[in-house]
Amino acid sequence: MHTLYDKLWQSHVVHEESNKPDGMTLLYIDRHLVHEVTSPQAFEGLKLAGRKPWRLDSILAVADHNVPTTRRDYGISDPISRLQVETLDQNCEELGITEFRMNDLRQGIVHVIGPEQGATLPGMTVVCGDSHTSTHGAFACLAFGIGTSEVEHVLATQCLLLKKAKTMRVAIEGHLGHGITAKDIALALIGEIGTAGGTGYAIEFAGSAIRELSMEARMTLCNMAIEAGARAGMVGVDDTTVDYLRGRPFAPKGDLWDKAVVYWRTLKSDEGASFDKTISLDAAQIKPQITWGTSPEMVAAIDGKVPDPSQITDIVKRHDMERALKYMGLAPNTPISEIRPDKIFIGSCTNARIEDLRIAAKVVKGRHIASNIKLAMVVPGSGLVKHQAEQEGLDKIFREAGFEWREPGCSMCLAMNDDRLESGERCASTSNRNFEGRQGPGGRTHLVSPGMAAAAAVAGHFVDVREIY
Amino acid sequence: MAPLDRANVDTDAIIPKQFLKSIKRSGFGQNLFDEWRYLDHGEPGMDAARRKPNPDFILNLARYQGAQILLARSNFGCGSSREHAPWALQDYGFQVVIAPSFADIFFNNCFKIGLLPIVLDVADVDQLFTEVEATAGYRLLVDLQDQSVTTPSGKSFSFDIDPFRKHTLLNGLDEIGLTLQHMDKIKAFEEKHRAAQPWLFT
Ligand code: SF4
Repeated sequence: MHTLYDKLWQSHVVHEESNKPDGMTLLYIDRHLVHEVTSPQAFEGLKLAGRKPWRLDSILAVADHNVPTTRRDYGISDPISRLQVETLDQNCEELGITEFRMNDLRQGIVHVIGPEQGATLPGMTVVCGDSHTSTHGAFACLAFGIGTSEVEHVLATQCLLLKKAKTMRVAIEGHLGHGITAKDIALALIGEIGTAGGTGYAIEFAGSAIRELSMEARMTLCNMAIEAGARAGMVGVDDTTVDYLRGRPFAPKGDLWDKAVVYWRTLKSDEGASFDKTISLDAAQIKPQITWGTSPEMVAAIDGKVPDPSQITDIVKRHDMERALKYMGLAPNTPISEIRPDKIFIGSCTNARIEDLRIAAKVVKGRHIASNIKLAMVVPGSGLVKHQAEQEGLDKIFREAGFEWREPGCSMCLAMNDDRLESGERCASTSNRNFEGRQGPGGRTHLVSPGMAAAAAVAGHFVDVREIY
Repeated sequence: MAPLDRANVDTDAIIPKQFLKSIKRSGFGQNLFDEWRYLDHGEPGMDAARRKPNPDFILNLARYQGAQILLARSNFGCGSSREHAPWALQDYGFQVVIAPSFADIFFNNCFKIGLLPIVLDVADVDQLFTEVEATAGYRLLVDLQDQSVTTPSGKSFSFDIDPFRKHTLLNGLDEIGLTLQHMDKIKAFEEKHRAAQPWLFT
């Protein structure tokens, strides 16, 4: 009896450095996704050593972190950002790597386009120089983020030296309440186990509530596994997985498809397989979640309050909480629903897929953003998501409600381009990290689901999306 | 040794994203902990000598100048996979980071560049914090061969490290070169893999 993680690991072992179970193992990598920020030094290292990429058809590249989300035809104004994107273009062209360039309709956030293209397939090992690579685990892949030295290692050898992780099963049983999404599950889980709760583990999400999730929602959940400290998150294959992949450009066709599906259906944990740790959450108990601090574990439900550090006995924890509240400009015991954002950001690899935009559009339809909201923006996860949303008229709904409708990219998730918070500004954001300065120096981030961000936009303060929906 | 007394220090704090636009591997040290270390906002290309250091930030205190060991709290290096974080620590002059726990990707990245992350018990780390804060010029001896950390009073803590990682660190070996010694095995695996899952190779 094996866990999904064991199956994925075993089927990629090339060589073991020692016969001890916790020794270093050389693991074969099937898919290597590349973006502009973590790759230039890897390509340079490869060149300096006189090496070539091992297998070109395993690589898919895209620029997403630095790209502007307004007028693309003007190019990138910041010369340093521009050089980084051009460096990726050049490296890909020189080496013959498939890249979706900035003006390609298929361009988008690397973790959105992999699955969208069918470049992420069940049973694969998927890596990218980006921690949110865990997203791809939604397809029963072993997918995890790597550093630049490892990017170079994979380019040169198609392999990585790794240590096997421990396994954690997170079981979400029962049914999610109306208006509750995968983002709320993720934040509730992190609130429970902490941002280091999954350190050293690969998490498998299971249980009836997970089976009921769409692929988009499973991606949101696996995306946030890294915020729980787990390098990888994953979900076993079922009909939802197979249905999503059928007909995608990079997915197999004809006989190969049939053969692949037979194999993919074996990619789930065997009944009774044992995990190093098991956590259970009752789906019905999960409420809309909002972070109030500077770490994703600093989270509360919409009907909750900002906590009071004076009630905390652990000194290190109390200090962290005080520092976080000072940074966030929040007083202890403030009801969460009284917090008023200045800006709204609907985007990122966590929540910028079509389903996310549909939920947000449903909330804002026929309404308008509140007068205290200085800027509300929707940044679709890819050109294809944007196109699809426009086919459905979602762009119109957002624009009429006072939102800006932007070009795809990472945007204000990390504010490497021009989209950012000013110091002291407060943002309801559908992204994944609320660290100090993440969305701009001095900026204050509250992580929420797309529905909650949209609801805050129209109400002018945080509000239970279930009341609007 | 310099103490950084906060938990969950993330890679955005270690090296803020605006400096990630560089396509080089070096020069990140002057922007290590940029938002905490300076009073003004840092952007790439600024002359560090003309910036306003934050006199309260720990690394700016005279007694910690030249520190080669960073003492930190739990879950150090959480957040993004950016190797720029270990690059910045190393470029600044740190050779060792000691903490009760590290985030996985950061921990792994450190070994790739020859920065040594050491995990010690929470109580031992607490003791080191107390001692370093009480004593100016506090020095620890880190012995990788011996896998030990020794305080000035002679108290010694041992730490774990994977034997393969220890070997590559001590000998400064190129991991890619080592992996390529297994080229035949990789090729054999690839053929077997292709036969089993041909759709992965199109
Ligand atoms: S959207 Fe945000 S978290 Fe996702 S890859 Fe881009 S910067 Fe990273």
